[in-house]
Amino acid sequence: MSDLNGLFEQKIQVINLGLPAFYKDLQHQEIPVVQVDWNPPARGNKKLQSLLGKLKK
Amino acid sequence: MEIDLERANQQAIEKIQGGNPILKGIGIAGEVVPGMDEKLILHAGPPVDWENMSGPTRGAVIGALIYEGLAAGATEAEELAASGEIKFEPWHEHNGVGPMAGVATSSMPVWIVENTQFNTEAYCTFNEGLGKVLRYGAYAPEVIDHLKWMETELAPILKETLANLDKPLNLKSLIAEALEMGDETHNRNRAATSLLYRKLTPALLETSFKTEQKKQVLEFIDSNDHFFLNLSMPAAKAMIMAAENIDGCSIVTTVARNGTETGIRVSGLGDRWFTAPAPVPEGLLFSGYSKEDSCADIGDSTITETVGLGAFSMAASPAIVKFVGGSVEDAFNFTRKMYEICDAESENFKVAPLDFRGAPTGINLLKICELGITPQINTGIAHKDPGIGQIGAGLVQAPMECFEKALEAFVEKYAE
Repeated sequence: MSDLNGLFEQKIQVINLGLPAFYKDLQHQEIPVVQVDWNPPARGNKKLQSLLGKLKK
Repeated sequence: MEIDLERANQQAIEKIQGGNPILKGIGIAGEVVPGMDEKLILHAGPPVDWENMSGPTRGAVIGALIYEGLAAGATEAEELAASGEIKFEPWHEHNGVGPMAGVATSSMPVWIVENTQFNTEAYCTFNEGLGKVLRYGAYAPEVIDHLKWMETELAPILKETLANLDKPLNLKSLIAEALEMGDETHNRNRAATSLLYRKLTPALLETSFKTEQKKQVLEFIDSNDHFFLNLSMPAAKAMIMAAENIDGCSIVTTVARNGTETGIRVSGLGDRWFTAPAPVPEGLLFSGYSKEDSCADIGDSTITETVGLGAFSMAASPAIVKFVGGSVEDAFNFTRKMYEICDAESENFKVAPLDFRGAPTGINLLKICELGITPQINTGIAHKDPGIGQIGAGLVQAPMECFEKALEAFVEKYAE
């Protein structure tokens, strides 16, 4: 926990995965941030995930 | 069924990369297109009946029936089209492609493109120019007169022109060169048309026709930046045909729209269509029109995207955003994003602004479903009502539903 506290005492540089809203919020606060365009497999669509899984057996 | 997916896809990629489309010649659809007859009308996209046809497709059918002399006017043409006497089938099921409504009938002249490496042959009608033209659903008397001129003057002159060439035009080389000159050969064909003009003119001047007739043909080609589109499309079709029907292959071999539905086909699933309602493109509309006037996505020209051209090569064609909308950065990003759903980079078509990286090629159904990224398309926009014509150009994405249905069928065939 103490390490985590220390993190926020430093100048923060962020790599944001996924939701762009977090990226935009940090940008507004002028915190250096890089956005990585990431989505869960099949964008979270369970049916497609299951179908794709059958081909990977 | 036991399959080696990776190997099957690799085989398809090799077929696409190795394709060598050349301009073999010009013929009459009824004489050269397989299965063509006088009562058959070919159209763009997946199968559709008269009742469900989009406005532009209906308009083009009306025009085609008048052109063929099967109907005297629009009312008679509509009655005939609804009577069941006329058959409607996709161009794709007859080894061809048609831009926008893509309507073709037996008397129309067609380009014949041969993929000499894999012995496939593809067909496409001639490009009529922009504005009020049959492919956008216009059927006024001047549209029909123009089609007749294409049949009786343009086609014979160009046919003799091609016969005068020392060797057939290599379309792969010409497209590759046009890409380096800022085309993507779907919605920007200015460089490709210019290159074609340069190649054809000396041979055209040697034909036996009158000077006035030759001049008219040269002026027509010169005035129509999209003239080459109807060659880049069958070139792409002839290339991708070699990659069709490979067992276990998840490469997408067709993306096509008829203004009602978008349909796709996948190599390992043969001739089966997977369809979804066609979305309406966003874009730049001509003055006086709004999105409410737009027809849903239409045309077979997305065949270009299946071999890495069109929106997949938009980074090679930054100026196209002036025609289809978006920013230059968007054009770059479309190409970058398409690498994610493709299996290869083209050995033939290079994107100069990306340091000559090969265009994203070989759309993989499984990657689309895994990443939730669907193929980017740039397109002309037709008015939703028959008889009006083009109202703009824009951008659209193939609907995910097509790919979800195809994945289900793919798993059913190969994993269960």
